[in-house]
Amino acid sequence: MQGEIYPKVYLYRRIVKAKLFIDEHFAENIDLDNIADEAFFSKFHFMRLFKRTYTKTPHQYLTTVRIEKSKLLLQTDLPVAEVCYAVGFDSVSSFSGLFKRITGTTPSAYQQERQRISEGIKAAPLKFIPNCFAESNGWTKKSNFQEAEA
Amino acid sequence: MITRLNHVSIFVLDQDSAHDFYVNKLGFKVHTDAPMGPGARWLTVCPPEQPDLEIALMAISEGMMFTKDSAQAMRELVSKGTFGFGVFECNDLLATYEELKAKGVEFTKAPKQEFYGFEALFKDDSGNWFSLGQKAK
Repeated sequence: MQGEIYPKVYLYRRIVKAKLFIDEHFAENIDLDNIADEAFFSKFHFMRLFKRTYTKTPHQYLTTVRIEKSKLLLQTDLPVAEVCYAVGFDSVSSFSGLFKRITGTTPSAYQQERQRISEGIKAAPLKFIPNCFAESNGWTKKSNFQEAEA
Repeated sequence: MITRLNHVSIFVLDQDSAHDFYVNKLGFKVHTDAPMGPGARWLTVCPPEQPDLEIALMAISEGMMFTKDSAQAMRELVSKGTFGFGVFECNDLLATYEELKAKGVEFTKAPKQEFYGFEALFKDDSGNWFSLGQKAK
């Protein structure tokens, strides 16, 4: 493939590797200093390159990943405390505070809202589908999919 | 006056596989995932920073939308890479390219500076292709 090798490709690969490491190990007690070591950079240089690439410091990125993963888990029935520990936070109160600061709502309110939406989709999915798509699939015919599921 | 685009549809060969590709490889978020009876599913995903643009991953199956022959023809066209659906944007093209390649995404064009911008091309798991550009810094 033409143009595959570009200047400083090794830098990008190391930074991407560090990002993917955070994506995979976010729930663990990650030592971000170790990530810099693995990427063969000084901590300062690593943080600067990481932020230039992802617009967040490694720590800010790790927090973002944990909060995003917690939002997925809060779409289940898992209690907030279990979600908190499952994504790598140690304290429910700090998790809740951080979650509210980032999303504008508390974890429990978010979970209730997602459950309300999920139940709404189950009860009346056609409310969530533009009619043109529903019609072209034959889903607007009287209770087509509901009868089929019954 | 038209103001916004909020839904767009992409035809895929397999919705489960497309779900895995768009969510686990591209990092998109599921917006709506609703079973619509046997073999039917309404599945939409959104780019992470564009939660109000739903991309409907539409199964190509015989039914109201496709006759048996049309579905077969459509599946062949999609898998041959006939359709290009649009341009995605990222903050850093080289980093995104390296990440997606590491995740197994197939690129048909490596990042290249063109007169209109910095661009790469990749295909989804069905064969639909997209341009990937870098947001102006």
